[in-house]
Amino acid sequence: MSRDSRHERSAADDAAENTLARPSLGSQLTGGLLVGLAKLLSGSTSRWVDCQPDTCQRVYFANHTSHLDAITLWSALPHDCRRLTRPVAAKDYWDKGPVRRYLANKVFNALLIDRHNVKVHKSPIDLMIKAIGDTHSLIVFPEGGRSSGEEVGEFKSGLYYLSKKRPDLELVPVHMDNLNRVLPRGEVLPVPLLSCITFGPPIWLQAKEPKTEFLKRARESVIRLKDE
Amino acid sequence: MKTPDPTTIWLVGGTLVILAIATAAGQILKRRYDTALNPAIVEQFHLRIRSWWIICSALAAAFILGQTATVVLFGGISFFALREFITATPTRRADHRALFWVFFFFTPFQYVLVGFNMYDWYAVVIPVFGFLFIAGRIAIAGDYKRFLQRIAVIQAGLMISVYCLSHAPAMLTQDLPVPEPNGRRAQDSKLDNERDLGEELGADLVSPSEGDPRSPLTLEDKARLLFFFVLIIQLGDVAQYLWGKLLGRRVIAPEVSGDRTWEGLFGGICTSTVLGALLWWATPFRPWEAASAAAIVTAIGFTGGMTMSAIKRDRGVRDYGTLVVGHGGVLDRIDSICFAAPVFFYLSRFLMSG
Repeated sequence: MSRDSRHERSAADDAAENTLARPSLGSQLTGGLLVGLAKLLSGSTSRWVDCQPDTCQRVYFANHTSHLDAITLWSALPHDCRRLTRPVAAKDYWDKGPVRRYLANKVFNALLIDRHNVKVHKSPIDLMIKAIGDTHSLIVFPEGGRSSGEEVGEFKSGLYYLSKKRPDLELVPVHMDNLNRVLPRGEVLPVPLLSCITFGPPIWLQAKEPKTEFLKRARESVIRLKDE
Repeated sequence: MKTPDPTTIWLVGGTLVILAIATAAGQILKRRYDTALNPAIVEQFHLRIRSWWIICSALAAAFILGQTATVVLFGGISFFALREFITATPTRRADHRALFWVFFFFTPFQYVLVGFNMYDWYAVVIPVFGFLFIAGRIAIAGDYKRFLQRIAVIQAGLMISVYCLSHAPAMLTQDLPVPEPNGRRAQDSKLDNERDLGEELGADLVSPSEGDPRSPLTLEDKARLLFFFVLIIQLGDVAQYLWGKLLGRRVIAPEVSGDRTWEGLFGGICTSTVLGALLWWATPFRPWEAASAAAIVTAIGFTGGMTMSAIKRDRGVRDYGTLVVGHGGVLDRIDSICFAAPVFFYLSRFLMSG
């Protein structure tokens, strides 16, 4: 990508500017601390099934059952990949209060999406594509909100439109197991049970694949990892 | 800390030498691909040796770093064991708050009490207050489905992996009564003379604070006692396994554990009785006391292993280690210690009080 377009992008969006800034020492330390804490609390093991950690541009998409999902998944990535990976998170939650804002912007380098107020010319998909440029990866939860944990909900169409615009991105399915017991919906304090994060083989949008079929296939690729 | 006395050096040093030999043997077995041995057994052997190294160095650290290190270490083991236990059992959404308190209050609190040697409290906090709290908290959460089963599971997890195990480091922090004069520690004849003198003069002349000639056990004595306990448990496990492989015919409960046999159990108990008698010098006990303590500890440890197998079978998991892939299976390693620790704790108090 040329310098000009990069400049244009940062002018267009504040969040994109973060992607280029080097994280400060403070946020690196906070990040390291949070990774340790998340690993301890969620007792997470990461498994890579037919998939290897890679710094190429990817979209990790996972089932969503807990507030800890994003940070646990982010922590489960090796350091090199984590540095380049931005969780996509809800603005209404992460923009509240200075602590959350600091964590989202400076530590996780999250991409905050306004769920309620979607503008026509600034659709979340466009924001995501701008934000990742040609280096970053994303973490998305295509169910849209947290499910109860027993079943993986239907996927929203964002993943489809994202890969339609950027068909080169590897879509890596991720299954988060037991995190709903670590920190269920509506709870603030976690219970440190063991959890397991399984990364599966990447999928791509096939040429002329209909939206519903692609979303179904994506959802199944997550569910299949549960029994791997 | 002062230089450890020769008994300690013999006990710890001897164990480390045996471990080193076992490790070397394991490495040789691994290199020999033509071996007739089942690779799964060799792998088991490796896992066991590795956990022994961890346990032994942790206990050896107690001699160097003091009792706080040991209490903290066992607290950590309890935490990991409890998390494996609860992960393996089905809890419901409404148990969340109760579980939070179990993990972040009762578990650390128990070890704080043990660390400060508050025997009156650590003996009752979990079995009484924890018991009541869990039931009450879950009832308040308002979900009555499988209520009794859910509270029982959490209580059992807390009892086995925290309460019972905490009696191992409690062996270090407790004030053990002093052994009888005909025991090993009364070899010092001065003690006997003073005692005789005291009896001649009348007991009231010798006040318990100044005149009591018997000195309580030092930290090192108690650390050796803990080391002895862990060593006997581990050797008893191995002996049961080996006797079972050699002579095992009658499986005790095939549904629960396919490889535990009566022959293995009795062979294991006899072996550890002999080992206990041979290692009596490491303890404040007389030889026959050390031998019977070893026999009892091995038998109780066996029931611990069986209990954990039964729980695993019920939950349909083979190992707590494979429950969540990649985790060590702490509970698989400490099942016998958990069960035997409180028994050995009270047994040693009983033996020492004469």
